[in-house]
Amino acid sequence: MKILVCISNVPDTTTKITFSDDLKSFNPAGVQFIINPYDEIALTRALELTESQAGTVTVINIGDASTEPTIRKALAIGATDAVRINATPRDAYFVAGQIAAYAKDKGFDLILTGRESIDYNGSQVASMLGEKLDLPAVCIVKSLMIEGSTATLEREIEGGKEVLTCPLPLVASATEGMAEPRIPNMRGIMSARTKPLTVVEPVDIPQLQQIIKFDKPQSRGQVKLVAADEVNKLVDLLHGEAKAI
Amino acid sequence: MSVLIYAENTGGKFKKSTFEVISYANVIAKEQKTNLVAISIGNVENAELEKLAKYGVDKVLSVTGEQLKLFVNQAYASIIAEGAKASSADTIVLSASFSGKGLAPRIAVKMDAGFVDGAIGLPSFNGSFTVRKGAFSGKAFADVSLTSTNKVISLVPNSYKVVEDTKPAAIETFAPVIKESDFRTMVKEIVRAADKVSLPEAEIVVSGGRGLKGPENWGMIEELAELLGAATACSKPVSDAHWRPHSEHVGQTGIAVSPNLYIAIGISGAIQHLAGVSASKTIVVINKDPEAPFFKAADYGIVGDAFEVIPRLIEAVKEFKSAHA
Ligand SMILES: Cc1cc2nc3c(=O)[nH]c(=O)nc-3n(C[C@H](O)[C@H](O)[C@H](O)COP(=O)(O)OP(=O)(O)OC[C@H]3O[C@@H](n4cnc5c(N)ncnc54)[C@H](O)[C@@H]3O)c2cc1C
Repeated sequence: MKILVCISNVPDTTTKITFSDDLKSFNPAGVQFIINPYDEIALTRALELTESQAGTVTVINIGDASTEPTIRKALAIGATDAVRINATPRDAYFVAGQIAAYAKDKGFDLILTGRESIDYNGSQVASMLGEKLDLPAVCIVKSLMIEGSTATLEREIEGGKEVLTCPLPLVASATEGMAEPRIPNMRGIMSARTKPLTVVEPVDIPQLQQIIKFDKPQSRGQVKLVAADEVNKLVDLLHGEAKAI
Repeated sequence: MSVLIYAENTGGKFKKSTFEVISYANVIAKEQKTNLVAISIGNVENAELEKLAKYGVDKVLSVTGEQLKLFVNQAYASIIAEGAKASSADTIVLSASFSGKGLAPRIAVKMDAGFVDGAIGLPSFNGSFTVRKGAFSGKAFADVSLTSTNKVISLVPNSYKVVEDTKPAAIETFAPVIKESDFRTMVKEIVRAADKVSLPEAEIVVSGGRGLKGPENWGMIEELAELLGAATACSKPVSDAHWRPHSEHVGQTGIAVSPNLYIAIGISGAIQHLAGVSASKTIVVINKDPEAPFFKAADYGIVGDAFEVIPRLIEAVKEFKSAHA
């Protein structure tokens, strides 16, 4: 089985987010970057699947050379090889376009992404890839089993789950439950240095949108404390003042 | 030109998020002096379809069929894109529900449309078409300007109020031809806890953390939630330890919620947790540690032991409910 896992290079979850002076871009200075946590789940599941039924796992990232430590980490966790599309990811449409251009004639049986990236929170790439490659895409998947050429998936829905089947090839986006992320071991880290990482130049993709400004939520001001033995006061405040109940 | 919304249903009934989407799109249609069209897919009765007219829809396209009873991402996306063509719609609005999150990007690609996923406010109409969305998992907002002719917006549940605007809407049957290869996925089973409020759509969320010590102590959380008509949620370590299902995990790497009221019990308020809940309108924190970081991100707080405070709170809510019944 040939699997492609799309990985995004995102700020560590403890990062205090700041922006450039013109508020148009994220300020990466001093920020530690990691593999997007959902992509790590997808990668782990891909490795489990190729361990139980032979195959390869290629990871792909759209980014400039600064993302290579993140790509090497994916190789250390166990990916077979890696591809970096040498471009700054402008938006999800651009990313999906680059991945589709790369993947279209490679014969992948399965393409996995994370449910969303924790920076721009798009949850777009999986479905866009499905559309561009004319493949089914199943989003926010918490269980993925493959038997022969059929996948059985569980996707999240409001208040429950939907179980569905789909013939390969397909695209799926991973969420918690699909696998427990793995930590690279020493042997993985050593072998990652020599695994193939191919750099590919990007294709042209039209620009349909642009982020014109970032800002931060306003702080809530001082918390109002209610004594632990006067909880009915809290109920009154929630009703009268906050109009929340 | 027109604005098209996708009217999502669950088991033949429209969801509240559908009415939110219509109310939101109604403002856009009025601003652009154009019609508002709704498309419904699946087997929805006429009486239910008529409900859409209460919020400003001029026309309803109803698509039915045996193959469409259950959600098929690819086929539904094709139908909505066909509906857009048939009604000359250049702006498509749908809910950022679980299914909507899978549909919207496909529709955007089909229509070469710029796409705002997870909008939390109306577009600006002063020359540019700019829509606000959350970014960095609740730690920031991004204003996204769509420069394409066609535009797709998915709206976060609970972020726009339902507004009535009754119109005499025409209901039409719509039967686009969809290619067989759009039906490769096949739903086998839907598992849903019937009596539970769904977390992403809930107006009130009662959430428990590691401070609750173990899964056996969730009875009081569920009782409080039920009294308030709330959904239950939890912090990540709680679902990692399988005290609660993953689907209840909120935060940066879980579900992002934006209810009217979020009640956090025995949760410390780590940055990753706050990221997913900070869009809540009102936040109440109950924690025995006065130094817990969550108090800095809360509107109301009680410093105290959850095992004493929650039973009292349950009584107080009961009293309040009987006084306001
Ligand atoms: C990559 C990454 C992603 C993460 N994503 C998320 C995420 O999406 N969501 C998330 O929640 N976390 C996330 N975390 C974990 C996060 O950093 C915290 O560890 C977690 O939120 C802590 O959960 P907690 O508040 O329940 O537990 P703790 O931090 O252990 O806090 C328990 C709290 O309960 C209080 N308490 C104890 N006993 C009582 C009592 N009897 N009555 C009242 N209060 C009591 C304590 O004072 C304490 O404040 C992530 C971490 C990483 C590294």
